[in-house]
Amino acid sequence: MSDSTSVGIVAAQTAHFSEPLQLKSGEVLPQFDLVYETYGTLNADKSNAVMICHALSGNHHVAGKYNEDDKYPGWWDNLIGPGRPLDTNKFFVIGLNNLGGCHGSSGPSSINPATSKPWGADFPLVTVEDWVASQARLADHLGIKQLAAVIGGSLGGMQALQWTLAYPERVRHSLVIASAPNLTAQNMAFNEVARQAIITDPEFYGGDYYSHGVVPRRGLRIARMLGHITYLSDDAMGEKFGRKLRDGKIKYSFDVEFEMESYLRYQGDKFAGEFDANTYLRMTRALDYFDPAVEYNGDLTAALAKAKAKFLVVSFTSDWRFSPARSREIVKALLDNELAVSYAEVTAEHGHDAFLMPDPHYHNILRTYLQNIEIGGAA
Amino acid sequence: MNATQTNSALNTEFRQDFAIIADWVKLGSKVLDLGCGDGSLLNFLRGSLDVRGYGVEKDDSNVISCMHNNINVIQMDLESGLSGFEAQSFDVVVLSQTLQAMHNTEGIVQEMLRVGREAIVTFPNFGYWRHRIQLIAGQMPVSEYLPYQWYDTPNVHLCTIHDFDEFCVNHSIRVKERRVLTDDGRPVSFMPNMLGSLAMYRLQSR
Repeated sequence: MSDSTSVGIVAAQTAHFSEPLQLKSGEVLPQFDLVYETYGTLNADKSNAVMICHALSGNHHVAGKYNEDDKYPGWWDNLIGPGRPLDTNKFFVIGLNNLGGCHGSSGPSSINPATSKPWGADFPLVTVEDWVASQARLADHLGIKQLAAVIGGSLGGMQALQWTLAYPERVRHSLVIASAPNLTAQNMAFNEVARQAIITDPEFYGGDYYSHGVVPRRGLRIARMLGHITYLSDDAMGEKFGRKLRDGKIKYSFDVEFEMESYLRYQGDKFAGEFDANTYLRMTRALDYFDPAVEYNGDLTAALAKAKAKFLVVSFTSDWRFSPARSREIVKALLDNELAVSYAEVTAEHGHDAFLMPDPHYHNILRTYLQNIEIGGAA
Repeated sequence: MNATQTNSALNTEFRQDFAIIADWVKLGSKVLDLGCGDGSLLNFLRGSLDVRGYGVEKDDSNVISCMHNNINVIQMDLESGLSGFEAQSFDVVVLSQTLQAMHNTEGIVQEMLRVGREAIVTFPNFGYWRHRIQLIAGQMPVSEYLPYQWYDTPNVHLCTIHDFDEFCVNHSIRVKERRVLTDDGRPVSFMPNMLGSLAMYRLQSR
């Protein structure tokens, strides 16, 4: 199927960084790789670059397909392409896989150059701040001094916010979607259960399962099942599955009885087959640790005083894992600092997942905001 | 391309009430416009007085229009108050022809004076003679500023100029200035509660 608004066939690239990266934990990554993709064309004065920051399980394959036969395009394909809300006729879009990831960037499952074996448990814990520092290196590598925009949903929104704090001069617009200024205790609690599922899997081997030729599939599967419950709203789950039985009648067993169970098992199995457990642990920790206000006695307004960018903050009414109230905290702190900010609260029933859905009003918000971003030169 | 789009999307006809509001707003002020619609007022104030403006709007399509017009807009329902805004963080808070549609009328006026050093409130004067005649004739008033039928009106708290003056006295609100206009935007000084159709108030806390 060819679609004139698709970015079409894409290919990933890898950038190697030989300068050490000082991590927030105190550890140092002596060298690292970042795998990334780009869509559209960087204009002459390099003023049209937009970076996409991914969430928990995302990666650099944001849009397009690797070949015509690919069943699915990149994870945010509905947003990006010629004529789509993030229009590649105007913008040069960069997607990357974060450090600690499992899709080609340096991470627990990649080879540690020092030992020629997978890093495993030795790969350091990375934070949102570390990711943004590495993303800035990628921008340097591409010759980009200032991003027109940085966009992210959920954990990606935290990176979009962090960009404006770490590099206020290097980002003109920040789009913080379905995100929060930090996680609530309840939100962190879900992460802890997910991690415990993985860590207590007998095939976890303290994170060095690679050398045993196994993966902690059971733990990863349960972690993902739990995640999926929290990404949907009660209403959305009710509408999608209700109490529908898979085989029409109760079997009095612990096999799949309800459609909802079938969905969760399918999602869990699929994820356990393709994602790395050590990466999952690190991504959830990055979520837990992010809290720009903590250095300011919890004063988010003081924490965001450094920012200079213009902001678009978007939340979804049925999102209870990253609720509108959390987005409004960000908006208030931006208002307190007299920064340019617009905030849209999208009526949506899909819960946290809504930020990836092509809801017409939501996409219209992004399209309208992005259309008004000024870029120099001819795109 | 953006400039022409911006202008064509806005209501460009001259608005006397905007001109009066502009008269009450100082150059470079920080202004919060509650129920800002498509951002026309803020765009007007930005152009003429270089204000730093934010709008508050509930309606989805108006939020899009504001973004289209490069107006900072916060989507929220005014009925839930202004808790997302710090006390005295704005020079002026405007509520333009929205007071009569608010359920929590007392609450919003108090919130405006908490958040703003000054508040500007405008509303259709229910005491306008054309409204009175329609009532005497036995019908609910319909006019330039009250364009709805009784069954489809969003207005729930209509009042007269006399009523609002009393409201301000009872709520320790100082009326710094008041202007009253006719349907076609001409100022009224004689018998304003009878001859004026739009009331405009500049308010401060006492």
